[in-house]
This record gives sequence, C-alpha cells and structure tokens, in this order.
Amino acid sequence: MAWVNAIIQGVLTGGLYALFACGLSLMFGVMKVVNLAHGDLAVVAGYVALGIIAVTHMPVLWSVVVVVPVMAALGYALQRTLIQSALDRSVLITLLVTFGLSVVIENGLLQFFSANTRGIGVNLSLITASFSLGSQVQIAYLLVVIFAVAVIVLLGLQYFLSASRYGRLIRAVADDREAAQLAGADYRHVFGIAAALAFGTVALAGFAYGMYSQLAPTTGTDTILLFAFAAVVIGGLGSLWGTLLGGVVLGVAQQIGAQINISYEVLAGYLVFLAVLVLRPQGLTSRRAQT
Amino acid sequence: MTTPDDRDWLGSGTPLLEVRDLVAHHGQLQALDAISFQVGPGEVYAIIGANGAGKSTLLRTIAGLHRPTSGSVTFYGSDVTGMRPERRARQGVVLVPEGRRLFGSLSVRENLQVGASYGRQGPWTIERVYETFGWMRERRDQRAAQLSGGEQQAVALGRALVANPRVLLLDELSLGLAPVVVQLIYGLLPQILATGQTVLLVEQDVSQAMRVASHIHCLLEGRTTLQGRPADVTAEQIEAAYFGLNGTAAARLPHDGGSVSLWPGSTPSFRAC
Repeated sequence: MAWVNAIIQGVLTGGLYALFACGLSLMFGVMKVVNLAHGDLAVVAGYVALGIIAVTHMPVLWSVVVVVPVMAALGYALQRTLIQSALDRSVLITLLVTFGLSVVIENGLLQFFSANTRGIGVNLSLITASFSLGSQVQIAYLLVVIFAVAVIVLLGLQYFLSASRYGRLIRAVADDREAAQLAGADYRHVFGIAAALAFGTVALAGFAYGMYSQLAPTTGTDTILLFAFAAVVIGGLGSLWGTLLGGVVLGVAQQIGAQINISYEVLAGYLVFLAVLVLRPQGLTSRRAQT
Repeated sequence: MTTPDDRDWLGSGTPLLEVRDLVAHHGQLQALDAISFQVGPGEVYAIIGANGAGKSTLLRTIAGLHRPTSGSVTFYGSDVTGMRPERRARQGVVLVPEGRRLFGSLSVRENLQVGASYGRQGPWTIERVYETFGWMRERRDQRAAQLSGGEQQAVALGRALVANPRVLLLDELSLGLAPVVVQLIYGLLPQILATGQTVLLVEQDVSQAMRVASHIHCLLEGRTTLQGRPADVTAEQIEAAYFGLNGTAAARLPHDGGSVSLWPGSTPSFRAC
C-alpha cells in the first residue's frame, strides 16, 4: 500500500511540475528561447502575490486573478525588449541574457526580501486539508487542485494554439518566421503574445509552489527551473502534453525514490531524467515541436 | 501612407512599383548592381537569368526580407525601402518565396487563414482558392508538410492570393516541379491577372517567362543585361544576355554587358522561342 501511495502522490505532484514546465516548453517551442530565468520569474510571481495580499488584504486565491495578467504583461514587455534584442543577435545570446536576468532577480529578491522562506496562504485550510483513500493513502486537496489546474491550463493552451487566430499565428511563426512576415504577421508581436502566455503559466507555477511548499529567493533555480527542465526533457521538447507526462514521470520517480530512502527523493528524479536523455533523447512523446 | 484607389492609379500612368539603382550584398559578395526598373499596373514583369544572377535577392529585397546597400524601392509613389516586410505585405506587396515555405505543421486551411489574416479585402477568398484548385477543399485539414511539391506550390500561391496583393511577387514557381504541374500553375496566371493583380515573377525557364510576360528583364551576375517586351527581343539577344555572350544586346544596356566573360562550361538549357 505504501507503494500505491507513492505512485498516487507522484502522479499528483506531476501536475505541479507540468505547471513549472509548460511555459518553458512553450517559449522554447515558439521562439527557441531557453529561459533560464523561468524559475526566478515564478518566484517573483509568488512574491508579487504575497505583496498584493499584504497590501490589499484580498483573499489569497483571488490574488491569482491579479498576478497572472501582471506576469503576462511582464512577459510581453520582456520579450519585446530584452529577449527580442538578444534573439536578434543569436539564440545563444538569449541563454546569456536570461541567465543574467536570473542572477539579477535572485540577488534582487535576496536584497529586498532576505533569504527567509515564505509560504502563500499558510492559514488556509486548503493547505492542510486532505482525504483518505483506504488506511494508508492520504491525499492533499491542494495537490488535487494543482493537478486539476495544470490539466485546465494545458487544455486551455492547446485550445488557444489550435483554434484561435493568434494561436495559429504562433504556430506559423514557430514553423517559418520569414514566411509569416510575408503574410503580414509581425513575428515580434506574436513572440510577445507567446511569452505572455508562458509567463501567465509561470505565475500559476510560482503561486502553486508557494502554497505547496515555501518560496525563497533561490527556489527559482534550485527547484522550479531544474524540475521544469527535467519534466520538459522527459516529456519531449516542445510538446505541451509531454510536460504533464514528464512531470508525472518525474513525480512518481521522486516518490518511489523517497519510499526506498527519503534522501533518494530528488536523486531518483534526476536518474530518470538522465536515463531518458541517454535512451530516448527526443523524450517520451516523440513528435517534434507539437506545442 | 495614403493608398490611393487602385482604379485612379491605373489611369495615372505612374508605375505601381519602381526599383531605382538597387544595390544589394550577401556579406562581401555583391548580389545586385544598380538595378532599376518600373512595373506598371496589370503588367506581368518577368525577371530572367541563370542561377546566381541575383533574381531571388531582387525579389527578397523588394519584399523587404533583404536590406539593400543602396537604392530605393517605391510602391504606389511612396518609398518603402526601409519598411519591414510585414508592413509591405499588409500594403499589398506579397511574395511567394522560393521553395514555397509553407507552414509545415499547419493544415492547408490554416496556411490560407494565415495568409488572409493581415490581407486586404478583395476578390480572392479562401473559398475562391478552393474553387480554383479543385483538390484543395477535400484535403484542407491535411498538414501542409504532407503535400507533394506541386500541391505545396498551389497552397503557397493560394496563401499569397488570399491577401489580395497589389503586386504579386513569384519566385521560381516552376522550381523542382514536373512540367505538367508547371503548366497547370502558369495556366492560372490569366485568371489571377483578371482579378486586377500585377505580377512580378522570377523564372529560370526563359521560354516559360517569354510566354507569360508583358516585359522581360534579364539579369547576369547582379547586373541588367537586357530588358524589353518579349516581341521586341530576339532569341539571340536573350541568349547573349542570359549567358553573358558578347552580343548585340550589349548596345541596349546601361552597363557594358559586353565585358562579361563567357561562363566556362555553360550550355544553353533553354529553348529559344
């Protein structure tokens, strides 16, 4: 029964990892940008949420409604300025620029908010509430909610990309930027919209992790970015649903590792990540750039 | 930019598109050397020349994908030389690029929808493209990457047409296609012209260009070696201009075409018309 529990917990944690990963995957799939500041931006979103809650005293969950559009707008702005100017030089430069952004954000957070960890909505009953399946399986409502949010986000992204006018343009620009220009599409604007979508998911990721665990200035790189990378690679680069599959595989591997020995939790996840890189470098979902 | 009504423009006698002293480079290599010409409304203006003559660079520069070193491109009387390609496209300068360049992961219909998304209103609609190419409607949900070369070319042409261009730039429509397919696609040209389009095309196949063009313009190593109406030039003149043979054509040229040396080992691959 302990193993069943480990697998169930792992699958549910996979939803959280999919939230971490889908924005990273989207930005890579569309503009070939590997955003190394991805995790730090999620932490920023969490801190913004904490700030909004502290200042306005609005209900914790309501702050999501503010944080997501704020981060989406930030994503559009960053893409149109910093990231686009890096892209205009070369894709490699975007690695350096987003790495620099990551360092700046991390140190900025340390400077202004200290290294203390902070949780979002620590007093909410949702954080601690759980229900039992049998005698040994305890499932946290929060994880179920996060998993459901991840599925809704992926469904929404898929619908947007496949059925909306801008979704179509995003896919067109990802296929052939020049040909899209010849059709009158300003690819910079389209990139901005893709970045806005990605940053919207980043905001949800930061918020969800802030409730699930604790946020600190370094959480962005040492947890969120790394797990996002692992989920994207396991699932398959550029594949949207692959991020959920990758997240679930990563989550299950971690929980099984923890079941063997609690100190193996993170290690087990990375072993699976390495195994996929070696045995199936294109990821578990092999279709290329499906986004 | 104010865009005058097309009908007023047709009567004014001013060129729709004017290229003046256009110079372009690929890195250190000069691809275009002082190219000038005008395209009037309703014309089929054909740029001919061998591989590497600069034809594609010329079209890409007119479409805004390639930045010229000097010279200007004027469209509807306005200088568009520094304008981004997407803005030119929205104003009606639409290129069907070499190699078709469809959005491979998008369906046929989606390719056409992207083409129409920033286009002008006009006679060409997705529906009309389906009617023009009978097979397309049934296969509209197929991914463009799965189509044959000829089918892809048809979709690429359709994607440009649904934008209702004022000037349609066609880059080597016939490249890599079976002659039957080429005839089929060129056979549509009268229908395209009947909807008021002006066409500027690049073609390696001289006889094909001579059949459809109202004006031909031959490039050799980035320079103009011959221009005129198909009826006014002889096969010998074209051959000389195309391969850089020292011929009578040189007398008509702004540049000394006679100084261009014969390409070693080149054999005439076109039929004289």
